[in-house]
Amino acid sequence: MIRTYFDEMYDAGGQIRPHYREFARWLAETPDELLAQRRREADLLFHRAGITFTLYGDEQGTERLIPFDTIPRSIPASEWRIVERGCIQRVKALNMFLADLYHEQRIIKAGIIPAEQVLANEQYQLAMQGLDLHRDIYSHISGVDLVRDGDGTYYVLEDNLRTPSGVSYMLEDRKMMMRLFPELFAAQRIAPIDHYPNLLLDTLKSSSPIDDPSVVVLTPGRFNSAFFEHAFLAREMGVELVEGADLFVRDDKVFMRTTDGPKAVDVIYRRLDDAFLDPLAFRPDSMLGVPGLLSSYRSGNVVLANAIGTGVADDKSVYPFVTEMIRFYLDEEPILKNVPTWQCRNPSELSHVLANLPELVVKETQGSGGYGMLVGPAATTAEIDAFRERIKAKPHAYIAQPTLSLSTCPTFVENGIAPRHIDLRPFVLSGRETRVVPGGLTRVALREGSLVVNSSQGGGTKDTWVVED
Amino acid sequence: MLSRTASDLYWMSRYLERAENLARMLDVSYSLSLMPQDGRGDGLHELAMPLLITGTLDDYLERHGELHAERLLHFFALDAANPASIYSCLGAARASAHAVRGRITADMWENINATWLEIRGIANQGLSRYGMSRFCEWIKERSHLFRGASYGTIMRNDAFRFIRLGTFIERADNTLRLLDARYEMAGDQAEAVSDGTAHAYYQWSALLRALSSFEAYTEIYRDAPGARHVAELLLLRADVPRSLRACTEEIDQILAQLPGANGRPAQRLAAEMDARLRYTGIQEILEEGLHAWLTEFIPLVRQLGNAIHSSYLEAA
Repeated sequence: MIRTYFDEMYDAGGQIRPHYREFARWLAETPDELLAQRRREADLLFHRAGITFTLYGDEQGTERLIPFDTIPRSIPASEWRIVERGCIQRVKALNMFLADLYHEQRIIKAGIIPAEQVLANEQYQLAMQGLDLHRDIYSHISGVDLVRDGDGTYYVLEDNLRTPSGVSYMLEDRKMMMRLFPELFAAQRIAPIDHYPNLLLDTLKSSSPIDDPSVVVLTPGRFNSAFFEHAFLAREMGVELVEGADLFVRDDKVFMRTTDGPKAVDVIYRRLDDAFLDPLAFRPDSMLGVPGLLSSYRSGNVVLANAIGTGVADDKSVYPFVTEMIRFYLDEEPILKNVPTWQCRNPSELSHVLANLPELVVKETQGSGGYGMLVGPAATTAEIDAFRERIKAKPHAYIAQPTLSLSTCPTFVENGIAPRHIDLRPFVLSGRETRVVPGGLTRVALREGSLVVNSSQGGGTKDTWVVED
Repeated sequence: MLSRTASDLYWMSRYLERAENLARMLDVSYSLSLMPQDGRGDGLHELAMPLLITGTLDDYLERHGELHAERLLHFFALDAANPASIYSCLGAARASAHAVRGRITADMWENINATWLEIRGIANQGLSRYGMSRFCEWIKERSHLFRGASYGTIMRNDAFRFIRLGTFIERADNTLRLLDARYEMAGDQAEAVSDGTAHAYYQWSALLRALSSFEAYTEIYRDAPGARHVAELLLLRADVPRSLRACTEEIDQILAQLPGANGRPAQRLAAEMDARLRYTGIQEILEEGLHAWLTEFIPLVRQLGNAIHSSYLEAA
């Protein structure tokens, strides 16, 4: 099957797109050895700084570098403004959906989304029912995954409303590019992103009704794959990085154990899944959480960001309804498109999926991180057959989408520069206002032809530029 | 500050200081093992000294059976399976630093992380290829660099205090143990003041060099090293940075600066130890017997460490 890809740097006629011209001129003028030497320098610096992640399923717990590519992904500012508005619109609707779902459930009563789709969902948290949150915000930090199809149209691939990660790479990639190639930043106007930690802290503070609340970052610990990011954000914001054992609840209030005795905690930016937050309320075997946290939360004595129970809104089985949510809550037309999605739980759609597996991408509705998915065109017949059986056994656990021809961006590979597929994750902060720093995290699938960009599956990252045009 | 954070900072610097001290021990033993051995043979006993001091000789014998120069050195310096090796200490220091990345400066973290990456490279090529003396020098240098990065970059807050607290507790313990071991090795002649035998001379000067105190010694005493002056220098002189007195003085001051009332037991203990050293003369110590005096003092340092733990590092 022949696909046409949208390339970020070159148009269909092979001409360099205007917003890449400055970069292309620089690239042509810069000697190869210098570029190679700078790339080695980048590797060394990342290693020394310990900007690593841990791979699950690796017994050794080896820390790895996420490969960093020195060719940036560039977006013209006029185009970015549309993406930005689209992301903000989407996250606003999703927050309104969550508030509605845990209160009146108007959207169900209106018949727009079937009740069992959400209420029977494992991610729906009864504990959240009727609980009023400050500003009605559930997802304070959201990541919206975007890809571009053959004609360059942006599609939302999925929403991440639980504990989206990757923002530290966005910031470190920029720092690295500015360090290695300062001349590029002098030659054109690239929108700055370094203020993200400030915006994050502001968002977290504004999530609490208290003036100047005490904020902490809650991490599962140093063996978590994203520990680097947790520590990074805590440091950049100047707040404590705590583990579950550092916190305790007394009289329904949360405190941290300090060298100077107990100290009150008002806002917890938690990078821990719902199930592990409180062994008294959720998984009793969780050693990572804080006993009594849920009760304190329900009493309104502490803010969790993101809120408990946001997973029901970024579940892949709820994803197909997001465009309708935007119309329902905001009375606006969606700015960003959804990828057409077949839900295997519907018998008619299931048979279509089973008949067309080699062309489709099939995902678990509750999976994340690129684990447990089938990319039809890249899979062997045996893999497809095995997956078919899994879908038949649990059809409600899967959705399918057409294989998008993700856009490509020139990337350094072993034999020089070649196009590789990329996606984009802007980070949306919801507080007093809803904001996005320009750009986001661009992930790149380094294997030729691969469409899977997750770092756990061999993906790398690129600096993402929003360039004034 | 979070008690866990304080604990990680404290142990980070304790392990680093320990790695440095182990390298110093190794350095003195290695150089003495190359000396003619008074008919005792091949210097193996000298090479076993660091293991004896750190209480790991039994572990070694269990694993390797007999004394063997290369295995001894590897076990002590680079063996990842030996939790008390220099390699393991640096690993533990780096793990603690990793956990508190947010509380130390980038300079400090990158320094300790680079040290860890490098020692793994050294472990791969082996000690004999890298060179023994070069290795000990390298460890000391990395420790100096880290201290320099700390002093030069970190804010003067509680994080800084817990880092220094770890350093001085570890150093105090180490100086006591090293002195005790050398005193025993110097044998019967040890009691003699400035005794002229070559054996004792090399024992004492190697110890002074290992503790970077040789220059201080010659400046103060202008005499060949002997038990009395060495003991006075390393126990009672507040102006010698690796002496016991210098350590207790630092600890006493740091503890006084920490906030909160829960630190009183540790503060009292430190003040008592400091006062005891301040108002003791070397004659008194020698009359009691140096070994007996040291045997009494070593547990006090451990007790102080425990008091710091229960006061700050595991407080609720």
